[in-house]
Parts: sequence; structure tokens; C-alpha cells
Amino acid sequence: MTDTGSLLQIRDLGVEFDVDGARHVGVKSVSLDIARGEVVAIVGESGSGKTVTAMSILGLLPKNATVSGSVRFDGRELCGLSERELRGVRGRAVGMVFQDPVAALDPVFTIGFQIGEVVRLAEPRLSGREVRRRSAELLSLVGIEEPAERLGDYPHQFSGGQCQRIAIAMVLAESPALIVADEPTTALDVTVQAEVLDVLRQVKARLDSAIMLITHNMGVVADLADRVVVMRSGEVVEINDCIKLFESPSAPYTADLLAAVPRITAAPREVGESGETQAAASDAAVLDVRGLAVEYRRRPGGRVRAVDGVDLKVERGQIVGLVGESGSGKTTIGRAIIGLAPIAEGQVNVAGRDVAALRRAERQAMRRTVGVVFQNPATSLNPRYSVAETITEPLRRLGGMSRADAAERADDLLASVGLDARWRDRYPHELSGGQRQRVAIARAVALDPALLIADEPTSALDVSVQARVLDVLRDLQERLGFACLFISHDLAVVDSVADYVAVMHHGRIVEQGDRATVLGSPRQDYTRRLVASAPIPDPVAQRARRETWLSLT
Amino acid sequence: MLDPELLELAPAAPRRSGVRRLVRQWTFMVPAAVIAVLLVVSLFPSVFAGIFGNGDPRVCDLYRSAGNPTAGHPFGFDTQGCDVYANVVYGARSSIVVGLTATAISVSIALILGVIAGFFGGGFDQVVSRLTDIFLGFPFILGAVVVLNSVGSRNALSVSVVLGIFGWPTMARLVRGSVRSVAGLDYVLAATTMGLSRLRIITRYVLPNAISPVLIFATISIGVVIVAESTLTYLGVGLAPPAISWGLQIAAGSRHFQTSPHMLLYPSIFLAITVLCVIVFGEGLRAAFDPRRHQ
Repeated sequence: MTDTGSLLQIRDLGVEFDVDGARHVGVKSVSLDIARGEVVAIVGESGSGKTVTAMSILGLLPKNATVSGSVRFDGRELCGLSERELRGVRGRAVGMVFQDPVAALDPVFTIGFQIGEVVRLAEPRLSGREVRRRSAELLSLVGIEEPAERLGDYPHQFSGGQCQRIAIAMVLAESPALIVADEPTTALDVTVQAEVLDVLRQVKARLDSAIMLITHNMGVVADLADRVVVMRSGEVVEINDCIKLFESPSAPYTADLLAAVPRITAAPREVGESGETQAAASDAAVLDVRGLAVEYRRRPGGRVRAVDGVDLKVERGQIVGLVGESGSGKTTIGRAIIGLAPIAEGQVNVAGRDVAALRRAERQAMRRTVGVVFQNPATSLNPRYSVAETITEPLRRLGGMSRADAAERADDLLASVGLDARWRDRYPHELSGGQRQRVAIARAVALDPALLIADEPTSALDVSVQARVLDVLRDLQERLGFACLFISHDLAVVDSVADYVAVMHHGRIVEQGDRATVLGSPRQDYTRRLVASAPIPDPVAQRARRETWLSLT
Repeated sequence: MLDPELLELAPAAPRRSGVRRLVRQWTFMVPAAVIAVLLVVSLFPSVFAGIFGNGDPRVCDLYRSAGNPTAGHPFGFDTQGCDVYANVVYGARSSIVVGLTATAISVSIALILGVIAGFFGGGFDQVVSRLTDIFLGFPFILGAVVVLNSVGSRNALSVSVVLGIFGWPTMARLVRGSVRSVAGLDYVLAATTMGLSRLRIITRYVLPNAISPVLIFATISIGVVIVAESTLTYLGVGLAPPAISWGLQIAAGSRHFQTSPHMLLYPSIFLAITVLCVIVFGEGLRAAFDPRRHQ
């Protein structure tokens, strides 16, 4: 790429942070270019410096950061500009789309007011009526229906996906030459993600803005990017054309990263579908949910059905994947099983006992036969407990083991999740996300549960870590033979671990059956749309899938 | 694939960053040192009182009534002819005893009620919150004046109990809020799903994680209580002679301020410095452990 053609030119960018007197390198000698109208994706796992790189363009780094090197935008040096000079660049030349669309909009003003403000900033001489017209135009550009009517609505009246579109519309108001999108779809459901990516693609085609897309999701990269910058611990490891990167990555790290991304294959597994054969042999299901309905009370006397008419069975040695988008009721089912959600109708049998009919003491006893792994390992471990205390607590308190026995068993459990005994005395804040999740898994299986409920256990983790944590889970399940309800929004992850899949939509199970059948040849429209909207890490195949998805919506 | 995550064992645990931040700040270390000295003084007053050779606060000589500072008596004499320096040193003890006892009482009440309201919620929360509102409706000092006036014996203990009983409502609200936010976290849910008992969840999961803002507030409230004790004593409803306290000395000294200002000045300075140090110390703790500061 020649220098004359590039819109943004980053040379030897370095960012250091001063944290209580100690220096931490955020980014080390990063150089990259973005041409006009080009989509460049910056990918990397958490802590790779991708967001720091993007923030340094707009001078949005925290006060304790020191920036070196050069960032030239359209021939103008941005490094070292004053706050006032930067304000002229922000929005007008470079627009920014953030990860959490709901937090990016101000809840106390109508969206019409918020968009109008930016429109007026861009074109100060417009009359009130013209501002409204232009705002409505922007909204229709990002695919909001009845734009003129909706200008008077507040952010909470829109869904997350719509909020993200509105945030994009606000960026477009000043028609910047470069849009920096920091994980724009991470907080959204897959079907909504597909829509927002489509909006970004159309915007790019119509306005010829360049996009710097920061993401950890290889599927999103394959869907949208022209070129890809791969980062790792603050350094660029590879810059490559998108198609070439996925076909033949030049850096070994990129290859590892791509290999770790789970894909929906829906193909039968080569090595023994042990779970399914075992399941066929046993007759009584460990978890048997029949006609379950969960109702929450709303303030003014009303009731909301979060789950309705759900039948679900998990047998010994089987992993059942429960998939659905946010708000579909999948987590509520998990809670109802351990007696933490108000069951309005139906039965939940765990190891032959009906949860709804249990008294408090019995329920406490029942919970000992169920292990639970939560989504966020950062919050699911008691920060005041060391690793050893976390695992020995259930053993001693509930399993009645002596101190020495519990300590020995804890070491075994740690070993079985791939952590050696050196980790015993560490506290959660000293562990990485993947390590914490391993500890949480060890705690969940400590009492040899009949049923393990894993609620999005890998959603908060980086892909390479996710792959290893899933291995640990699969491994343990094969060895201990518990029944497992695996709740997830990620079809590819479910495809890689589950034997049997149930798809939820609006509180009901719309389709369930064998994994290969449900994900390979779905019968219901919703499942089809869900499967088609998950982007896959292959630009060529993703283009074809995009067509399928467009035909389904 | 090699597992880099498991190979690196991070270097030894870094100390909690809040503590390190504190040690580097003189605004924290100076009050901490003053408080440490005061604690030692109130434990062994005779050692400190005797520095100038006249250590007994009860040795009085009416001939020297309201006498100015002289050699061996750096702060002078009060109306009874007693050594003001020795009295100030002995007075530290009652201030600190009342401050600590009253705060301990209000923290205990606040913890019990706050945990009930915050953890169990619902009807418990309603009852405790209304009770808190009722107590907040009484001005702290007015309530104490009324109760102490009707109590027969007034000593350090009864004053502490009264101040403790009127001091808990703000703290109980703090505990309730802090417990509520911790009780909603995943690790508490995890403990529930494990089948642990409620008592264990409260004592091992909720309280240790919810208590730090309360302890910091309690530190500040020690200063407030010391002021309140002096105020009550000055008004004549707190401690009474033969007790030795800064409040009593200020009350006595204020009547002779025009002729012998030293009688009012020295106990006042000690009171002011003590309270200032306790409050700055508490504020320092609060700032260092406030999670919002780290983001």
C-alpha cells in the first residue's frame, strides 16, 4: 500500500501506562495503514492492545498513558494535538461506535434530540424542520422503520440492536471519513449481529467511509473485513488480506487462533459418541422437565411468563445443549431446576425428585446433587477464598470430609481441570479468566453431581481459552459420566460439545433433537435463521451464508 | 497446543493495591501516627503525664488556682489548681473509650439490622428501613440529651450506650445497600446452588465482601462520637466529675476564658487534633478502598 493512498497512517505507535509507579506496555511499535473506503479489522484476544490502538487515534486514552510514535490522519499528525484540536477531529473526521449501544445513548433524552444535536454540529445553519428531516433520513439509512415517528422515542423503547443502529446513525451524521467500531456487535444476539453487520456493510458502500473494526470474533472479520491486522500482547503479528489470512495465515499465532474458533459442522463425530450410547442404555433420566412454566410477578399485579410449556430430558452421560438468544428463557430454565425460579406449572424432576414439591431443607440437599458453572468466572468465585478454600468448602461442609481428605481430593480435582497444586493458595484476582473458570468447574464437580448445569461457561473467555475449557469439561464428563445441561447462545460451541440440542425462542422450545439433525438440517424457520446468522470464520463461505441469511429474513 | 495459561505461574501475590497506595500518602500516614500515639497515651497515661514531673491529675493546690504555665506545669493550672497538662493527658482516655465503645455498639446494631434488611429483603427490609427512618428523624444530639437527662448514673459506659443507640441508623443503611449489592453477585448464587446454609453464606460470602465500606464509615464516626461526647459533657448531660474528660475541661475553662485562656485552649486543641486525625484517617481509607477510583 502506498502512502499517498492511505487515509490513516500509524507508525511505530507505542502506548505505556503508569499504574501506581509501575510501567505497563499497552502497545509496542504498531504500524498500519487504512485506505479510503477500506474495512480493516483489528483482531486479537483480550489484552492484545487492539482497543488501546483505536483509542489512541482519537486521543481517548486515560491520563496515565504515554503515547509515542505517529498517527497521521489524511496527512495531519494527530499525536500530541491539544484537547481542543482533537475535538475538531472527533466525530467530524473520525467517528466512533462503541460496544454497549444502550450505554452509549443518553436515557433521559429522545433519540430525535440526540441525533439532532449531532446533525446541528455538522451543519449549524439548518432550520429545526430540516434537522428533523435529516435525522429521519439517517435513521432510515440504518434501517429503522417509520423513522420520522420514532424520533420522539427514548432509548429504552428500542431493542439493543436498534440502539446500535441509532449509535451508527449518529456517527453518520457528520459523515466521517473513518469510522472506528469497537466490538460493535459483541453485546448483541447473533441474529441482531447479522443485521448490524449488514447495516455497516451498506453504510460503507453508500458513503465510502473507511471502517476500523475492532473485534475478537473471527466470524465477524470474515463477514466484513477487506484486510486484517492480528495483534497479540501489544504487537502486530500479521497484516494480511482477509481471504489470504483465512486460507493461509503467515503467522503461527494466527493459525492457532483460527484453529481454536469452534465451527458448526453438524457432522457426526469420529471418536465414539459415547454419551449417546450410554444414554440409550439407562432408562431413567437424571433431569426430566415436563410442561414447565415459570412466571415472574410484575409490579402492578401482572405476571410475565418467562418459560412456557417446556419438556426437556437429560440422561446420565449425556450433554444437552440449550440454545437461544438473550431473553429466550434458557437461563430461567437453569434456575428453575435448582429451585431458584418460581415454577407456575409443570414438573422438574432431578434424580427422581420433584423440585417444586421440596421443602427448604430438602431443596438444599437436592442442590448438592447438582453442580452449576456460571458465565462470568470473575464474579462467580468468592474473592476472599483461596483456590483451595473454594474447592474444599463443599467437600467439608456438604460432603462431610475431614480436612486432610478434602485437601487431597481438592488436589485431585485441580489436577483434573489441568491446574497443579501450586495454584492452591492463589486468590481469584491472581488468576486469569480461563483459570478461574477451571476452578469454578472443579468446585461444581467436587461432590460428584448427578447433573451439571453449565450456563454460558465460556462466553466471557477468549477463543483459545474457550477451546481449552471446553476440552476440560468434555473430559470430565466422559470420566465422571454426569448428565450435563449446557446453556449457550453460541451454536458453534454447542455443536462442539453437545449430543442433543434444544432450541429456545420466546420462552418455548421450538425444536429439539439430535445435534447433527437440529444444526445440520433444521426443520423450524427460527432455527434455520439462527444457524444462518452466525458468521463463520471463512470469508468465501460466509459470503454464501450471507445470501442464505438474507433470503430467510 | 501448548497451554501458556498453565505454564506461567504469576510472581508472588501482589499486596492489595489499596494498602500500598495508603502507605505512600502522608495525608494518611500522619493522622495514623497521631492516632497511634493517642492510643498509647490513653493506655498508659501516667507515663506521659509524668514527663514534666507532676503526673497526678488529682494533686491540686488551690493557691495556684487558674495559674499561668510555669516550669514543670507547661499548660498551667485550672480553677481547682490542678495541672492542666496531666488532666489533658488523662482526658484522652475517656474520649477514646467513649469513641470506640459507642461506635462498636452502633456498628453491631447496624450490622445485624442491615444484614437482615439487605439479605432477606421483602417484609424484613420494610420493617428495618422504617425503623431506621424513625431513628433518623431524631436529631442525634437532641435524642442523646433527652435520654441522658432522664438516666440516673452518667459515666463513660452510659454515655457510650446512648451515643451508640442513636448512631446506628446511617450505618445500617450503608450495610443494607452494601449487602444487597453483594447478595446479588454470582458467587453468592453459586454458594446457594451448592446447598450451603444461609448462615454460612452470610458469614463467609456476604459479610466479608460487604463490610469494608462500613468499617471505613465507622472510623469516621469515631471522630463524630468524640465530638458528641464533649458536646454533651459541655452541656452538662455527659460525663460528670470526678471523671476526667476534655469536655469537662472545656466546660470549666470556658467560664474563665477572658482571664486565663490556657484552661480552654489546651484541651480544645487536643480535641480538635484528635477528631481531625480520626476523620482524615477514615477519609483516607475510604478513598483508597473506593472501587470507583480504580477504574
